[in-house]
Amino acid sequence: MSHIVIDEDRCKGCELCTMVCPQGDLVQMAGHFNVKGYRPSVFVDPEGRCTGCTLCAMMCPDMVISVYRTPRK
Amino acid sequence: MTQEAELVFSRPESLSDVVTHYCPGCIHGIVHRLIAEVMDELGIRERTIGIAPVGCSVLAYNYFECDFAEAAHGRAPAMATGMKRVEPDLTIFTYQGDGDLASIGTNEVIHAAARGENITTIFINNAVYGMTGGQMAPTTLPGMVTTSSPYGRDVKTQGYPVRVCELLSQLDGAAYIVRRTAYKPAEVRKLRRAIKTAFQVQMAGLGFSLVEVVSNCPTNWGMTPKESLKFVEERMVDYYPLGDFRVKDEVKDLR
Repeated sequence: MSHIVIDEDRCKGCELCTMVCPQGDLVQMAGHFNVKGYRPSVFVDPEGRCTGCTLCAMMCPDMVISVYRTPRK
Repeated sequence: MTQEAELVFSRPESLSDVVTHYCPGCIHGIVHRLIAEVMDELGIRERTIGIAPVGCSVLAYNYFECDFAEAAHGRAPAMATGMKRVEPDLTIFTYQGDGDLASIGTNEVIHAAARGENITTIFINNAVYGMTGGQMAPTTLPGMVTTSSPYGRDVKTQGYPVRVCELLSQLDGAAYIVRRTAYKPAEVRKLRRAIKTAFQVQMAGLGFSLVEVVSNCPTNWGMTPKESLKFVEERMVDYYPLGDFRVKDEVKDLR
């Protein structure tokens, strides 16, 4: 299943990744703090809607997001 | 049957695995990544020297896995000239902000372009002096509030902003002068293509290449990162129109 992995402790909480998700709300800001004291972004996708389009990772200035994609058959 | 998900986006090899010192939401990080991706794609990491400026990106040498040098304020094009003339087979790029390139280093970049030096400059224009606390820069928009223009830039006393691409596009030595930005993924893609072309122009020996990136500064503009990208889209791009300002005919053959 396509998904992203967020390195939460490196996230600076700028929220740029949350602006661009074509599915709407798969990347959200967390309620907790990371080691740097920011609220990191978290991946919330219970229905498996992520397509692995890489737009969130493309907008991340800190290379926090890695994207895994399942090839379509 | 479920298929294995494959890794399609991760840190490029040429980008160091460290945390940058940039403020949250600063698109220096995006541009760094794009340069690293282009270095990987062209396979030139071990044959590249970057030159860091004075400004926020003064520590850029920590973030790339290629050789790097640090220039005196504004003097990166002069340093690049020397390096390129001694080692013409290497790829030399300078990474400069607007306080560096458009202010103290204006004559350096103009003459490097006029001489047609075979180097690449990545120019980050965020309209303020970021590192020193957000003072007015030559590129600050008319009416824009900065720490040294608290009532907004008054063009009667402080003059008009410098449009570097338009300026350099008049010079015959310049081969590839373009302006891009990175406020949305489509623009990031275009910026990546431009950076790649700029490096290819240098590798083909066609002359001076410069990519200006209309950038943001959430901290010194007093905005959230999201608001700052909106400001880039609505105000900055209005004054600094995106586009190709000088593309030699030989460059078109590269693509």
